Amino acid sequence: MAKVKGDIVVDIEKCKGCEVCITACPSDVIAMSKNVNGKGYHYAESVNEDCIGCANCAIVCPDGVITVYKVKL
Amino acid sequence: MSDIITKEQIRQPENLVYSKTKLLTDKALSYCPGCGHGTAHRIVMEVIEELSAQSETIGIAPVGCSVLAYEFMNIDMQQAAHGRAPALATAVKRLMPEKYVFTYQGDGDLAAIGTAETIHACNRGENITIIFINNGIYGMTGGQMAPTTLPNMKASTCPYGRDVATMGNPLKITELIAQLPGVHYVTRQAVHTPGNVRKTKKAVRKAFDLQKENKGLTFVEIVSNCNSGWKMTPVQSNKWMEENMFPFYPLGDIKVDGQLIK
Amino acid sequence: MKELRLMKGNEAVAEAAIRAGCDGYFGYPITPQSEIMEYLMAQQPEKTTGMVVLQAESEVAAINMVYGGASCGKRVMTSSSSPGISLKQEGISYIAGAELPCVIVNVVRGGPGLGTIQPSQSDYFQSVKGGGHGDYRLIVLAPASVQEMADFAGLGFDLAFKYRNPVLILSDGVIGQMMEKVELDEFKPRFTKEEIAKNTPWATFGKTDDRERNIITSLDLDSAKQEKHVTHLSEKYKLMEENEVRFEEFQTEDAEYLIVAYGSSARISQKAVDIARAKGIKVGLLRPITLFPFPKKPLAELAKQVKGILSVEMSLGQMVEDVKLAVECKVKVEHFGRYGGIIPTPDEVVAALEQKIIGG
Repeated sequence: MAKVKGDIVVDIEKCKGCEVCITACPSDVIAMSKNVNGKGYHYAESVNEDCIGCANCAIVCPDGVITVYKVKL
Repeated sequence: MSDIITKEQIRQPENLVYSKTKLLTDKALSYCPGCGHGTAHRIVMEVIEELSAQSETIGIAPVGCSVLAYEFMNIDMQQAAHGRAPALATAVKRLMPEKYVFTYQGDGDLAAIGTAETIHACNRGENITIIFINNGIYGMTGGQMAPTTLPNMKASTCPYGRDVATMGNPLKITELIAQLPGVHYVTRQAVHTPGNVRKTKKAVRKAFDLQKENKGLTFVEIVSNCNSGWKMTPVQSNKWMEENMFPFYPLGDIKVDGQLIK
Repeated sequence: MKELRLMKGNEAVAEAAIRAGCDGYFGYPITPQSEIMEYLMAQQPEKTTGMVVLQAESEVAAINMVYGGASCGKRVMTSSSSPGISLKQEGISYIAGAELPCVIVNVVRGGPGLGTIQPSQSDYFQSVKGGGHGDYRLIVLAPASVQEMADFAGLGFDLAFKYRNPVLILSDGVIGQMMEKVELDEFKPRFTKEEIAKNTPWATFGKTDDRERNIITSLDLDSAKQEKHVTHLSEKYKLMEENEVRFEEFQTEDAEYLIVAYGSSARISQKAVDIARAKGIKVGLLRPITLFPFPKKPLAELAKQVKGILSVEMSLGQMVEDVKLAVECKVKVEHFGRYGGIIPTPDEVVAALEQKIIGG
């Protein structure tokens, strides 16, 4: 299986829930939370362990709210 | 090696692959959810960071949605009257030729009210970079028709669609200025997918590098979405953009090394 | 050493600007001031002082180039004549709002509209009351000689930087086109990068780690902040009224009547004073040199002494309103003017004084 393992950290309060990151993710890692942030937006969150740390989500995020980490296993 | 690794173990500084550039301020962007402006801002700031040019760059903000660009870009900036950014940039560059100078303008600002300033800065071959965000609408004032609004596309001042017979044709200003000898590099890009973002960043970097070499004016158009103005979700608007904007405003280089492509 | 030359007013302001350490001139041709840019282009100051001279695509572009240059802490200027100054009003409003120093020269011609290319003083309201949108003031200097065209370039830059405010040199086609002897100042160096960082720390010259980014804008979406900003501007204008009033008096000591006139009208009126005095009329002249701030106090003082005041302008009567405000109706004030490009004669001024003030 995957030789790399990634993870994302979302700046929840700055996420506007536009969902652009969802379509950019090749591993279907991201979904909108059922919860909302202080501005009332459903925010992006990682929902499984499949992240490969490709940073596609962060690169297309208009608000720059996603930080990406990656380790080679 | 074991596959069992916790998120905390992954989230270590040495494993960081991407985080927002420090050349963007911490202020939350004022743009609508999904708007390409934020991505375009970040790309420009990432390029300036790569060039270690924070102290060497002066940016000019327009009037329109990105009027507050100076709130987000952590560099010295000037806010111009509507359409006049290329005139400001001209003076800044002439008076401080050692600096990187760029304007960041939308379609109404650059291709309607500021047409004269745009064309003449291009024609003089000012050593500046123009970042042109084209979303075919006046976003800030509430979705009115722009010079780049597509034929039959609806906007609040053409609620039945743009009738080119009475409202004029969309202005392909990028192709127009590419004809001018003072313009060295012209490209049209997008920022809605990871691949497009990477290409746009390369284009902006190239524009800044060419500016440093005093090659003349460099111009990067970014075809972008305006989901609020187009009355769609962000994801729908990106799809609509691919299906409708890109055929009319095809992506790719238009002029490279002072030579028109094709 | 000061240098003596015979020059046109337009040439004098251009030469004086180079000598005042001007960094950039941005202009667009229009009669009767085109000699300013022509002179600068011929001098090629970029080869001597390093000053940039650029012919813009329009007056609108030129004033916005001034905005860009002034935002960098540079000494920058533009010039035009009435219709062109109207086009610059948007930019001037932004410059005043963003508190940028610069010098603007208006070599006035007759209006409204395209009007005439002949001299006039019909841009007074536009110059001293605003011109563009919003609450703001320009410091307005009114030269009455070629010498003052030269002197006001340097003075203009000094005042502009002292108050972070645009300065308008309100000249006219007579002063711009006529030739006189002029004594030119020595060359003053342009600002160094270090001086700009020290004297205009607010300017956009590149954000370094030791300071926050500098932003030049006239926008504040927060109304409370915008009101505070405009209040700050008004305090600045009050300071100008306290400290920068400039005027000249001629034969006012024993005057029973007073003429108020600026620029070329003041020169004509000075001759009119001589003619009237030869006829036994005790008349004096007050020449405002700053039109904003207007010499209200000296006028109010003279109003206690004289029986009537004639305001002489090449217009339908604009400054006359400020004269009336200054004297608070305590004495009769009348206007005399020729307009549409006609210059009044001294005899016409004397006749107007006799009819409207003495006999009226």
